[in-house]
Amino acid sequence: MATARNKALKRQARRQTTLQALPWLLPALVLIGGVVLFPVGYMIYTSFRDLSRFGKDRGWAGMENYVRLFGLDPLPTVLTNTLVWTFGVVAVTIALSLVLAQFLNKKFPGRKVLRMVIIVPWAASVVMTSTVFVYGLDPFYGIINKFLVDVGIIDEPYGFLKNATAGFLSAMAVAVFVSVPFSTFVVLAGLQTVPHDVLEAAQIDGAGRFQTYWQVVFPMLRPALAVAAIINIINVFNSLPILKTMTGAIPGYDADTTTTLMFKIIQNDRQIDTASALSVVNFLVIILVIGLYLKIVKPMREVAS
Amino acid sequence: MSTVLDRPTSVRTGGDPARPTKRERKRWGLTVVGGIVALVFLTPYLIMLSGAFKSRQEILKVPPEYLPGTWHFDNFVNMWGTPETPLPHNLLSTVVISLGGTALALLAALPAAYYTARHNFRLKLPFMLLVLVTQMLQPTVLASGLFREFVSLEINDTWLAMILVNAAFNLSFAVWIMHSFFATVPKEIEEAAWLDGCSRGQSLRRIMLPLVWPGIVTAIIFTFIACWNEFAASLILLPTDTNQPLTVALTRFIGQYESAWQYVFAVSIIGILPVVALFAMIEKHLVSGLTAGGVK
Repeated sequence: MATARNKALKRQARRQTTLQALPWLLPALVLIGGVVLFPVGYMIYTSFRDLSRFGKDRGWAGMENYVRLFGLDPLPTVLTNTLVWTFGVVAVTIALSLVLAQFLNKKFPGRKVLRMVIIVPWAASVVMTSTVFVYGLDPFYGIINKFLVDVGIIDEPYGFLKNATAGFLSAMAVAVFVSVPFSTFVVLAGLQTVPHDVLEAAQIDGAGRFQTYWQVVFPMLRPALAVAAIINIINVFNSLPILKTMTGAIPGYDADTTTTLMFKIIQNDRQIDTASALSVVNFLVIILVIGLYLKIVKPMREVAS
Repeated sequence: MSTVLDRPTSVRTGGDPARPTKRERKRWGLTVVGGIVALVFLTPYLIMLSGAFKSRQEILKVPPEYLPGTWHFDNFVNMWGTPETPLPHNLLSTVVISLGGTALALLAALPAAYYTARHNFRLKLPFMLLVLVTQMLQPTVLASGLFREFVSLEINDTWLAMILVNAAFNLSFAVWIMHSFFATVPKEIEEAAWLDGCSRGQSLRRIMLPLVWPGIVTAIIFTFIACWNEFAASLILLPTDTNQPLTVALTRFIGQYESAWQYVFAVSIIGILPVVALFAMIEKHLVSGLTAGGVK
C-alpha cells in the first residue's frame, strides 16, 4: 500500500519536473519540430505523391517516384561517384590531417600564425573558395594552369574542368582542401590527450620515434579519428557547392553525386517528387552514419553522467 | 642568483651566444616548412586578392599575369551597380538573414542549454539526443521537404524562411556549447548568491553570465558564420535575385560566355574577411562544440 503510494508520488514528481522543464525547452523543440522534423515527414510524404512541374499535388503515386529514381540511366554512375567522392575525400583528408596535426603539435616560432592561417579555408564560404579554382583552372586565363606550366609540372594549360573525370578529381582535391582544417584541429585536440609521461616512458624503453607514434600515439588518437572521419563523411556526402560550381557546367551526370543529382532534379527538371524520393534515400544513409557515430563515439556519455 | 642561472645557458650554446644551437636551428627549419604550408592554404585567397584588383580585360587575358598591371580599386565601387545582380540587396539579405538566424537560434538555445545543465529530468537524455542528431543533419538533405513546407505556408522566397532554416539547423551547436559552459559552473556558486539575497534573475545576470560568456560568444559567432556562408538552402528557397544572399548572388557573375571574375573576387573578399576575423576569436572552443565533447 505504502509502496504503491510512493510510486504514485514518484511518478507525480517526475511528471512535475518534466512539466517544469517544458517552458525552457519549448522554443528549441518548436524550432526543431517545425523546421527539421516536419520537413523530414513532408519529404517522405512527397516522395509518395505525384507532383506537377509547378508543384500541384496530383494525388497518390505509390512507389512510382522510387521506380523512376531507380530506373534513371545515370544512377549506377552517380552511386559509384558518391562512394568514390565520400570515401576518397575523407581518407585523404584524414591522412593529411594526421601529418599536419603532428606538425602543429611541435613548438616552433610562428606556430600560432600558422594555426590562424589554416582556419581560413574552414571559415571562408565554400562557394567562394571553389569559385577561385574554377577561375584558376581555366585553360586560357587560369592562373593555376599558368603556374603549373611555369614550374614545369605540365607542358601546356589543361582544361581540368572541361571533362567529367578530371573535373571530378579536381573537385575532390578542393573538397580535401576545405576539409583538412577541421580534421586537423580535431586530431590536434586528440594529441593533447596523449599524456607526456607515456611518451617519456616509451622513449626510456628505447622505442624509436616511428615506433612510438604507431604503437603509442596512434592508438590513443582513435577516438579523435573516429569523430573526424564520421563528421567528415556526413559533410562531404552532403556537399553541394564544390561540385555545383566546378563541374556543374559539364553536360550529363558523369561528375554527379546523389546530392548534386538531387539538386539537378529539383532545379533543372522541376521534379520535386522524384527529388524527394532521392532525398529520402540520402536521408537514410545519413541516419545510418549518425547511428554509427552514436555507437562508436558515444557522445551521450557525458550528458548521462 | 642571476649569474647562477645564466651560466648553464652559455654552456649550452657552446660559449658563443651568437651561434644558434642545433635545436634552435631545427626549430627555425620547422618555421620554414610552416611558411610553405601557410602559403598552400592561402593560395586561393591570394589569387582572389590579386583578381579583385584586375580590370575586366586583364583578368580574361590569355596568357594571364599573376598580379594586376594597374590596381583597380574601383572594382569595389563598381560591383554595387552591375546588371548581373543587385549586390546591395544581396549584402542586405546576407546581413538580415545572419542576424535574424543568430538571434532566433540564441533565444531558443539559451534557456534549453541552461536548464539541461542545471536539472536532471526524464526528458533530458532524449532531448540532448535530438539536439545531437539535428546537429548532424543539414538543410541540404531536407531541401525538398523545406521547399514544400514553405510553399504551403506561403513564406517561400522570404528572408523569414531562411532565418528559420538557419536558426533551426544551428540551434544544436549553440545548445551543446552553452550547455557545456553552464555545466562547468558549480551549483553552489549560484546557491550562495541566492542565500545572499540575489533573485534568480539577478544571479543569472551577475554570477552566471560572466562565467558562461565565452560559451555564449562562441555560439553567437559560430551561428552567425554558418548563416553567413549558407548556400544550398538559399539556392532552392530564394529564387528572387533581390532576396538572395551573397553566396548565391556570386554565381550570377559567372556566365556561360562572359564572366566578371574581378567582381566575383571583390565580393568574395568582403564576404570572407569578416568571418575569418570572427572565426579566429572562437577557434579554441570550436572543436569541443563541433564534436559534442567526443574529443577533449
